[in-house]
Amino acid sequence: MDGTVTLGRRSFLKITAAAGGGLLVGFSLPARAARNSAAPSDSNGFVPNAWIRVGTDDVVTLMVASSEMGQGVMTAIPMLAADEMDADWSRVRIETAPAAKEYFNPIIGQQLTGGSTTVRAFWLPVRRAGAAARAMLIEAAAATWGVPVGQCHSDRGAVVHQASGRRLSYGALADRAATLKVPQRVMLKKPSEFRLIGTAVARVDTPAKISGKAEFGQDVRLPGMLTALVERCPVFGGKLAGFDAAAARAVPGVRAVFAIESGVAVVADGFWPAKLGRDALRVRWDEGINARLSSDLIVKRFEAAARRPGAVARSSGNANAVRGRVARHLEAVYQVPFLAHACMEPMNCTADVRADHCEIWVPTQAQTGAQRTAAAITGLPAARIAIHTTFLGGGFGRRSEQDFVAEAVQISKQVHAPVKLLWTREDDMRHDFYRPATYNRLSAGIGARGALMSWRHHIVGPSIFERVFPSSVRNGIDSTSVEGAANLPYAIPEILVTYVLDDPGVPVGFWRSVGSSQNAYVTECFFDEVAHATGRDPYQLRRTLLKNHPRHRAVLDLAARASGWGGRLPAGRQRGIAVAGSFGSYAAQVAEVSVSDHGEVQVHRVVCAVDCGMVVNPDTVVAQMESGIVFGLSAALAGEITIRDGRVEQGNFDSYPVLRMDHMPDIEVHIVPSGEPPGGIGEPGTPPIAPAVANAVFAATGRPVRRLPISAR
Amino acid sequence: MIRLYVNGVLHAVDVDPGTPLLWVLRDALSLTGTKYGCGIAACGACTVHVDGEPLRSCVTPVASVEGKHVITIEGLSGDGGHAVQRAWVAEEVPQCGFCQSGQIMAAAALLARNPRPTDADIDDAMAGIICRCGTYQRIRKAIRRAARNMAGEA
Repeated sequence: MDGTVTLGRRSFLKITAAAGGGLLVGFSLPARAARNSAAPSDSNGFVPNAWIRVGTDDVVTLMVASSEMGQGVMTAIPMLAADEMDADWSRVRIETAPAAKEYFNPIIGQQLTGGSTTVRAFWLPVRRAGAAARAMLIEAAAATWGVPVGQCHSDRGAVVHQASGRRLSYGALADRAATLKVPQRVMLKKPSEFRLIGTAVARVDTPAKISGKAEFGQDVRLPGMLTALVERCPVFGGKLAGFDAAAARAVPGVRAVFAIESGVAVVADGFWPAKLGRDALRVRWDEGINARLSSDLIVKRFEAAARRPGAVARSSGNANAVRGRVARHLEAVYQVPFLAHACMEPMNCTADVRADHCEIWVPTQAQTGAQRTAAAITGLPAARIAIHTTFLGGGFGRRSEQDFVAEAVQISKQVHAPVKLLWTREDDMRHDFYRPATYNRLSAGIGARGALMSWRHHIVGPSIFERVFPSSVRNGIDSTSVEGAANLPYAIPEILVTYVLDDPGVPVGFWRSVGSSQNAYVTECFFDEVAHATGRDPYQLRRTLLKNHPRHRAVLDLAARASGWGGRLPAGRQRGIAVAGSFGSYAAQVAEVSVSDHGEVQVHRVVCAVDCGMVVNPDTVVAQMESGIVFGLSAALAGEITIRDGRVEQGNFDSYPVLRMDHMPDIEVHIVPSGEPPGGIGEPGTPPIAPAVANAVFAATGRPVRRLPISAR
Repeated sequence: MIRLYVNGVLHAVDVDPGTPLLWVLRDALSLTGTKYGCGIAACGACTVHVDGEPLRSCVTPVASVEGKHVITIEGLSGDGGHAVQRAWVAEEVPQCGFCQSGQIMAAAALLARNPRPTDADIDDAMAGIICRCGTYQRIRKAIRRAARNMAGEA
């Protein structure tokens, strides 16, 4: 690594390596600051890899390198290791990993929790880590007893010698196991041998979350810590022109007021004085080129951009062969708005910048990014920057960004003290990286007998990757802008999906299920228009055209069956159906909806079928489907960020309504049994809900929903 | 100095009397279980009990609770053993968990004044508390479970 392989995060790594004689620690960790809030209680034990430590006290410490933001990774990842090593779950202790290369997500190439990748990425590596530990513990027992390894087996936290009935706990074997070589190859369990994987193990974070003890970023407290708020330019891209801090400084408890890159920081003894100080600031902004930007102008811009041809994201089939067989075209324009993430916990970060090191406590999805951000600001090497990941009060993609980390580090560096930067709800809503608004032209070619012959989807919108990963935008295509559209699963003789990258100046970012969040809505709703125009049942037409996609078809069939598709409904209700594959999983949903005389939409029931491959924790899968559905429902029914004079008009939950208890539908989740490798679960529940609901509204009213949110009709 | 009881303990705090109770709890008393989510009583993450009634601490000036009894999530039970908390565990309610202190405090207040809430009562009492993870269905079940358990214990 950096040549500074002195001390692991939890110093146990080095100490054990030193004390363990021949122990081969198959990795090293960067040196880091001495202070560590989560150091393990004892430094003895067996540490076969970065994921596992077996203490002589029989406590098995398992590391979680992914951010717990509600999706259950803090339980799921340790389940993988514990199952393979045959640990006694009641003696497992879970620790949050530091930022280190050993914990990089192999799919993403850095330590980042996103793209519903955690279980997919760590399914094999963490199971291998567990299997290696088990093999070494068995080997240690066999050596202790002087018997062949083949006569010993593991049994829930112990090794047993079958013939003699002798038994040694993992703790008792830890010191000996630590002297053994880590095996290069290990045998993984067959699924039939899983003891934890596939069972509804209780979430490990629940006790802390029902007692107020769970530490979120907002809750971090350090000796001598100050609290900061930042006043930012309300217009995207605007710059600070000047400020008068006299009144702010006069507020009791305000310690410092100064400019940073993003605006003016007010540092105080707590949130309230910082807030009063910020309210008292007088700031002048150079609002820049976006000063007159508005939602209306953005739509006009998109309309104009839609006349450009666009880059080809998918072109399949033979346009010439199809042309003569198309009897008529169906055309429509679909639009989706910008959306805020609105995590329950507004953005925040606590930083303590010292001369020779820096510590950061942050609810982040991106530990590597936070480390790099702090390194760039402080000039310290990454190895001197410690990242402590707290619980995340929601992430949804927003916490993969670094803006709040940069602010906290800049402020702490300036005041030479630990600083907790807090964002107000309004800060959070007005300075987000929004789900892109898009403008979509669709055209379906329909044959003389009603067959769907061609499908053209022309997408206009800003690009997320152009900002965060520009080299990945190739030939004019940002894969996140076309996902959910370019991978349309239906068997249609000709499909053409094109994309015009057009950036109106509103920052955009990853929002739960990313491109599929809008493209599943657009494609699945236009599909229902085709079904309607050709007199076909929307479920049956999907079924027919999913002949090459059995996993899509299986979830569709299950959702239809479980919802009683085609059967009687309570008076005034209609059903809508939609299916989408995303992040390695497949989900279909049927929504039961009523529309009042005033056009108010109520969703009564949602039936969801999901195929996410092999399941680690079925209750978590159900919870994530419920969660993805509610998140998508909020957006579909009422979510909309609008721009006026370059500013976001919404600021809080009064103007950006989200689903509440009194509009919560009954949700039923059905899991398709599968032996396929695991798919994601954090996001795949979201894409189908907007089209399922919109299609039900279409069925109820006879008018397609071509623009979200539905309340904007 | 403003005097108030928090979780049974009398505190005298030296803050601006307009300071919201939320920030007295969090910043002065280090009781961080009560969360800031909106600052305008729109999300309910800051819900505490004042003299037994659920109240949004983010818009409650501390001076207005002088001499009153405030209960926060930390004081609801010593050990997470309140019927509502136990029901939350049984139904595996929390996901990210950030709103759950407010949800639990609101649910506990509901059941204290209405031991057998109807679904409409639950919607009414709980609609003020937002959960972006969408745990509402489990919250409903957990409240019904807690009500049953409390009736059984009575």
